[in-house]
Amino acid sequence: MSPMEKHLKVSAIKDGTVLDHIPANQLFKVIDILGLSKITNQITFGTNLDSKLLGKKAIIKIADKFFEDNDINRIALIAPQAKINIIHDFQVVEKKVLSVPSTIKGIAKCMNPACITNHQDVETSFATISDSPELKLLCKYCEKVTDEKNLKIISNN
Amino acid sequence: MSKHLISIHDFSKEEILKVLSLASKFEERKSDPIFSDKVVASLFFEPSTRTRLSFETAANRLGARIIGFSDAVNTSVTKGETLKDTIKMVSNYADLIIIRHPLEGSARYASEVSSVPVINAGDGANQHPSQTLLDLYSILKTQGRLDNLNINIVGDLKYGRTVHSLMQAMSHFKPHFRFTAPKELRMPEEYKEQLKINGIPFDESERLEDGIENMDIVYMTRVQRERFTDAIEYERVKNVYSLKNEMLDFAKPNMKILHPLPRINEIHQDVDNSNHAYYFEQAGNGVYTRMAIIKMLLDKIDI
Repeated sequence: MSPMEKHLKVSAIKDGTVLDHIPANQLFKVIDILGLSKITNQITFGTNLDSKLLGKKAIIKIADKFFEDNDINRIALIAPQAKINIIHDFQVVEKKVLSVPSTIKGIAKCMNPACITNHQDVETSFATISDSPELKLLCKYCEKVTDEKNLKIISNN
Repeated sequence: MSKHLISIHDFSKEEILKVLSLASKFEERKSDPIFSDKVVASLFFEPSTRTRLSFETAANRLGARIIGFSDAVNTSVTKGETLKDTIKMVSNYADLIIIRHPLEGSARYASEVSSVPVINAGDGANQHPSQTLLDLYSILKTQGRLDNLNINIVGDLKYGRTVHSLMQAMSHFKPHFRFTAPKELRMPEEYKEQLKINGIPFDESERLEDGIENMDIVYMTRVQRERFTDAIEYERVKNVYSLKNEMLDFAKPNMKILHPLPRINEIHQDVDNSNHAYYFEQAGNGVYTRMAIIKMLLDKIDI
């Protein structure tokens, strides 16, 4: 497939942010985490697009929206290979690589069934103690580690 | 140092030593009614007679009045009140809150919603920092120092919260550990990894008999039925260690046996009269240590 063909699947934006290389099965979680269902900007997305890297990928283009690093880094938990392109006047003016934030509030569920956050209405809060080769999050409350294979994302909906 | 006592991890070496030094001052005085104008809330969402009596004795010896409950059964918790609401309400009544709760992380959460200092008296299998501090106080008192001691920790090293906190707190003081446990209850890898990173030597054994001779402290623990999900595993390991007087013949004169209590049969009664037995005095030390903690938090001492 030619690059031109790929671009045509999701039309270009003049100004805004493009989130590329999202694993297709994480698209709706990314939308959730970034709160995209609650904003009024124009958003176009495509999913189940062919990707050499991911097999099937998704792409999201958000017009006139620029994220703070802290906000965009929240998706590093579920889409670490995602590429963030900042667009001005149809040109990519900046590329960002995601890094896992040092503290993570909300988003992830604590894997410890006896943790207070799984029983009462308490927002989860973790310190990132390792991000590679495996993501490890230390719960501020029960002091237990939630690792990547046990990571569950809290849905906003 | 924060104005709460939630986790032993919040304490530096210097802070630990300050609490222990204050505890020894209270031991000299026994009672010191400096807080006769204070109300202490003792909120035990699950029963723990020993811990509750120790804290309430400490508060009484400082002259404070106590309100609270020893079991959540007769409280509005059974009506579905959240922990947040209970703590918000009580922090308007009392000057200090002592909380015991079965959910892990409950004390940290309580400290975030409370307007007064909070002491964690046990949050499920997670933390019980006053126990750790009284263990350290007992070690310091019997050995005259905390540095460079040989410590054998025996029993349930997998689920034992007391054991993990003690090990982490002692790690400030260059110990040499021995871990004695059946293979089902061995020290988890993550803790051993931490010791290796900190350069603290340890060895592991399944036999108690040859882990006594060179020790300064033998720390016995009970295998707790309530921590097991598998009843068969519990039956297999519950009676695996029993310390008897005849095993102490070659112990060093300064060696002391500690146990957080209650003991079942991991220490035979014939040990009780030995000079090495220290577990009842250890429980007594809990009162002085808790007096120190309460004073520190109510005085807002920057420890």
